[in-house]
Amino acid sequence: MKTDIVLAGVGGQGILSIATILGAAALKENLYIKQAEVHGMSQRGGDVQSNLRISSQPIASDLIPRGGADLVVSLEPMESLRYLEFLKPGGWIVTSTVPFVNINNYPEESVLAGELDAWPNTVAFDMDEVAKEVATVRSSNMVLLGAAAPFIEIETEKIEDGIRAVFGAKGEKIVESNIAAFRAGLAYTEKLLASRK
Amino acid sequence: MNTKKLLLGDEALALGAINAGLSGVYAYPGTPSTEITEFIQENAMAKERGIHSHWSSNEKTAMEEALGMSFCGKRAMVCMKHVGMNVAADGFVNSAMTGANGGLVVVAADDPSMHSSQNEQDSRYYGQFAFIPMLEPSTQQEAYDMMSYAFRFSEEHKIPMLMRMVTRLAHSRAVVETGEAMSENELKYPSADQTRQWVLMPGNSKVRYKQLLIDWDACEKASETSPFNKYIDGADKSKGIIANGIAYNYLMECFPDGCPYPVLKISQYPLPTALIKRMADECDAIIVVEEGQPFIEERLRGMLGTPKPVLGKLTGLLPRTGELNPDCVRHAMGLPELEKKGASQVVMPRPPALCQGCGHRDVYGALNDILKEYENAKVFGDIGCYTLGWLSPFNAIDTVVDMGASISMAKGAADAGQFPSVAIIGDSTFTHSGMTPLLDAINENTNMVAIISDNLTTGMTGGQDSQGTGKLEQICIGLGADPAHVRTIDALPKTHEQMMEMFRSEIEYKGLSVIVARRECIQTARRHAAAAAKAAAAKK
Repeated sequence: MKTDIVLAGVGGQGILSIATILGAAALKENLYIKQAEVHGMSQRGGDVQSNLRISSQPIASDLIPRGGADLVVSLEPMESLRYLEFLKPGGWIVTSTVPFVNINNYPEESVLAGELDAWPNTVAFDMDEVAKEVATVRSSNMVLLGAAAPFIEIETEKIEDGIRAVFGAKGEKIVESNIAAFRAGLAYTEKLLASRK
Repeated sequence: MNTKKLLLGDEALALGAINAGLSGVYAYPGTPSTEITEFIQENAMAKERGIHSHWSSNEKTAMEEALGMSFCGKRAMVCMKHVGMNVAADGFVNSAMTGANGGLVVVAADDPSMHSSQNEQDSRYYGQFAFIPMLEPSTQQEAYDMMSYAFRFSEEHKIPMLMRMVTRLAHSRAVVETGEAMSENELKYPSADQTRQWVLMPGNSKVRYKQLLIDWDACEKASETSPFNKYIDGADKSKGIIANGIAYNYLMECFPDGCPYPVLKISQYPLPTALIKRMADECDAIIVVEEGQPFIEERLRGMLGTPKPVLGKLTGLLPRTGELNPDCVRHAMGLPELEKKGASQVVMPRPPALCQGCGHRDVYGALNDILKEYENAKVFGDIGCYTLGWLSPFNAIDTVVDMGASISMAKGAADAGQFPSVAIIGDSTFTHSGMTPLLDAINENTNMVAIISDNLTTGMTGGQDSQGTGKLEQICIGLGADPAHVRTIDALPKTHEQMMEMFRSEIEYKGLSVIVARRECIQTARRHAAAAAKAAAAKK
């Protein structure tokens, strides 16, 4: 297997915990991993991304080539579009549609929606809303992870084990609400894929 | 027993150092090197062994403290970002002259593409300049493995080693196989034939320098047979490729089934001349794929007797600025681009900004309001989160150069007749390099205002201890500042008017003033509040 993922968001949104969970799951499966992160200045409200590569074969580059990514996984619609040229034809965009507006020239939401629609394989919905239904809005990153899970060749149970490992120290209640958010995201994408068949 | 861990390049290096019998790490925080020291500070074995890991005031003190530990026979490491090498340079270059006793490794983390830095300087020039041998890992596993090698090499050759990291390796995770920890060295002083070189008087240095040049040749021989420099032959000799450190990964990404051309992977310096000559003899042309400035490429041109073409950054085959990536290396190899869609045209840049609730915001707000009253106010900024004050909406500073330059440049400007001349510097940057220029301004009672925007931490790098916390005013007064003009204020929205008034009166004072505007960093304040809540809950 080989899955190349661009994780995207705004500094402080929590994309790195998605990377940590997938990394923990992949390590347990004895897979090869490379995950390049952004630390430092841009974490202060700037655009951040992480290149996560998981493979059953050794991985050379820490960075994904343009046109090489299977997935763009984003907590923010404009940020998902920033990495369009990294996607391979047939790759998927999985993104929350909740905008994070901290710049004056942020595009109209309808413009962003149009760009997302133009990409053939998109899963885009209000992940804050889904997170609120099953847990709290803070779990929207786990909704995102769930929504992306069908495109990652790691069994969902193993990803849930990763969630347990990462959130375990914070108590059972936090673990369960994150698992619930993960499953809600997963259900959304599975339903969408079923309807496309 | 060997175990597999998922580690950042920085963490792999740190664990490699601990397991190699490290006795002390000395560092000042700086992206992308910070996580090395933080890992050691949190590591259970390092705590148990009492490995030194407290932050130093700056890279120069760190370098010299580590050199002192090496003098006593123990294994020491210094970590810094690339521009920290400029601060540490005096100690670094002269540590080649003293040599090492206990293993001494200097880690410089370069930042090609300037993700969080003011320039792209390449630390390998420092190593070459000082005659200090270098290592440059390609992978997280090599970052781990190289540490025991580096300490051993340093002790065998009696010379410090420079370990060059780059952002993409420092901040990228991979699975690393780690081994057992070695024990630390005992105290052991330099041997009788070495004691003179630790006293760098001209008579001793003249003798030592000759030996250093002889030793450099021995280091080059070691590079020829280094386990980290690899010559991988290829059938197609139309070109040979030299790739350093992380550049080797991008090259291999282009050729998943193996590279058809001979490849020389460089991870140890001085450059292995014989291996390079072999490539020049056997191949029609050499392409240098190099992360950083064209260090190898420049040397190649002088090294090769044969007029073989050398292609790389200097010939425009690869971009001269910014970090390498799989795409530009693909292009350099003459391979077609991968099929992809163009970049979206609706996406806007999203620059970083000061956090909501950050005291620097309030300082800039008050400062801007007061400076409107003056025709030609100039504000000299410094390195830290508050550098973001240059951006909209504040547009509050005129210069940012290097650590501490706010105070020294404000002084020079005031000397030139500038009024008002204002310096703004963070608390950690102040104790790093702001105290000595402040002494200059105090001694001449320069007509300027130095604002220390004190957030009680080293904020930009994630909130490390700041060495002046709780004693900034004492430091300034101790240096000789007039206590009547060393003033303190809380930097809050509600103190806006008071801050303005204080700025006005100190600008109008004909002499040197220091204003400490204080408010804890919102990021560390949140962490402290969460920790306090957790502790309170545990008590119940």
